[in-house]
Amino acid sequence: MNGSNRAIPVWTLHIAVIAALWAAQYVLPDYHHGIIARVMVLACFAMGYNILFGYAGLLSLGHAMFFAAGLYGAGLPIYHFGWHVVPSFAFGIGCGALLALVIGLLALRTTGVAFMIVTLMFAQVGYLMTLWLGEWTRGDEGLTLSHSERIIESASVFIDLTNRDTRYGAAWLLLSVVLLITVVIARSPFGRVLVAIRENEERTRMLGFNTYANKLSAMVISGAISAAAGAAYVLLFGYMGATFAAIQYSILPLLWVLLGGAATTLGPLLGTLLMFYLAELSNDALNAWFPGANLSQIGIVGAALVLLVLFFPKGILGTIRERWLKWLP
Amino acid sequence: MAAVKPLLTTRNLSRSFGGLKAVDNVDLDVMPGEIRAIIGPNGAGKTTLVSLICGRIEPSSGQINFEGRDITRMPAHKRVGLGIAYTFQITSIYPNLSVFDNVALPVQRMSHARVSSRGLDASVMHALERVGLADEAGKTAGTLAYGHQRLLEVAMGLSLEPNLLILDEPTQGLSDGEIENFIKLVREIGERATVLLIEHNMDVVMQLAEQITVLNFGKVLAQGTPDAIRANVKVQDAYLGTGADD
Repeated sequence: MNGSNRAIPVWTLHIAVIAALWAAQYVLPDYHHGIIARVMVLACFAMGYNILFGYAGLLSLGHAMFFAAGLYGAGLPIYHFGWHVVPSFAFGIGCGALLALVIGLLALRTTGVAFMIVTLMFAQVGYLMTLWLGEWTRGDEGLTLSHSERIIESASVFIDLTNRDTRYGAAWLLLSVVLLITVVIARSPFGRVLVAIRENEERTRMLGFNTYANKLSAMVISGAISAAAGAAYVLLFGYMGATFAAIQYSILPLLWVLLGGAATTLGPLLGTLLMFYLAELSNDALNAWFPGANLSQIGIVGAALVLLVLFFPKGILGTIRERWLKWLP
Repeated sequence: MAAVKPLLTTRNLSRSFGGLKAVDNVDLDVMPGEIRAIIGPNGAGKTTLVSLICGRIEPSSGQINFEGRDITRMPAHKRVGLGIAYTFQITSIYPNLSVFDNVALPVQRMSHARVSSRGLDASVMHALERVGLADEAGKTAGTLAYGHQRLLEVAMGLSLEPNLLILDEPTQGLSDGEIENFIKLVREIGERATVLLIEHNMDVVMQLAEQITVLNFGKVLAQGTPDAIRANVKVQDAYLGTGADD
């Protein structure tokens, strides 16, 4: 009758998805191999977004700042100070968590549309900072990490993150960890409180829950996961640029989550995967049909968002859960 | 009775909205175990008064004590921890969640130690049985009949194991049969907890209340036993004779 009794199918499903993604690397052709690695990292970003938007019901329009905090938090120390990969990764996550805490303390004093605008504005400040600090970040042009800067090396281990298979493995590991964290949160008392806040905050407060503290926790977890995705991105793909702090990287996770299904554990992954391929294919198609028109995939993204909200508000897995699989977390 | 200290006291409690004094210098003493009804014409300040007590809104001035502690500035969620539970005048449940999950939240709030999911299940089902909703546990709360939604809200309040349960017009919209069951339920609750009951239905008030406080224009007009209130001329003028339309 409730989620907690369905532990076996839930865990089986998630382990199966993780296993399938591991197996995929052995059958995928080169091109798709690379795409899936990228999708897995970006799906972590979407999962981080989903904690706040899907479960707690807080629509942020500024998550690019958390992704970028991880991206630059991990990348800049490597580039400028020669840090090693592991501490940089941890530092990137820390930057995102701290930023989310500070932004949360301020933005969570508002709700609804005001919250959207406040997060949007903070993210714009973040974006402009990446340009303003151009001496360090090189702004739009960005910075590239060299091969030697992306190697984890000690007495007993040698991990080369530029290697195709290692990169896939690292992305897979991050995705698995974040996915399992999401499942645990969704099924925990904390997850239930977040959903309760989304559904009826006043009632939740009057049942004795500190809704502000719970929302702040969701914000920090969401920011930390988004930053982990950003940090992984710079380490695995070797590039950081101001584009990742721009508005479209705040809209994309929203779109991925909406497509896959908000407040479902696997929705962000599915949404990211489908949207990535949709954008790729439509980009090719647009260029083939209208050569020289220089049309951008961002239009496709916008159209998809409008269609989703109008006709498919629960997303793919949200609809499946509603119709058939009630136990889906 | 003189030796027993009141569970809840308010002193000079006031709240204004703009120029309107919704609650005006109210002194209240509620004894432990008492079922206290608060009655008064529409707009008399009943809901505002209990909202001040449970912490939904802040007083403009005055003081609230609960179990001898000053809780005037305490946030609402902490008052729940002290044992003050509130059920809303306009039914406030989680319509998109299952009946089970609606009650699982307050149960989870009360289990300070980590409970097993089986322990949670048992506590939730027990609360639903008390209000007669055990068979509906799997349904989506929003699909329940209105009367059942009211009962669900009471079950949520009960699950908080309150010392003071505030019921804001709980029988509004219930059928006669449902009201009868409800009276039984409140009596049962009243054996362990103190109940503050806002109610328009005078039959329910007269059957349940041990003490009645009558509010009018935000002020206490009268207070006493049901018989004393019934005999009070001021109350008859203000309320019972004319305003008791439902």
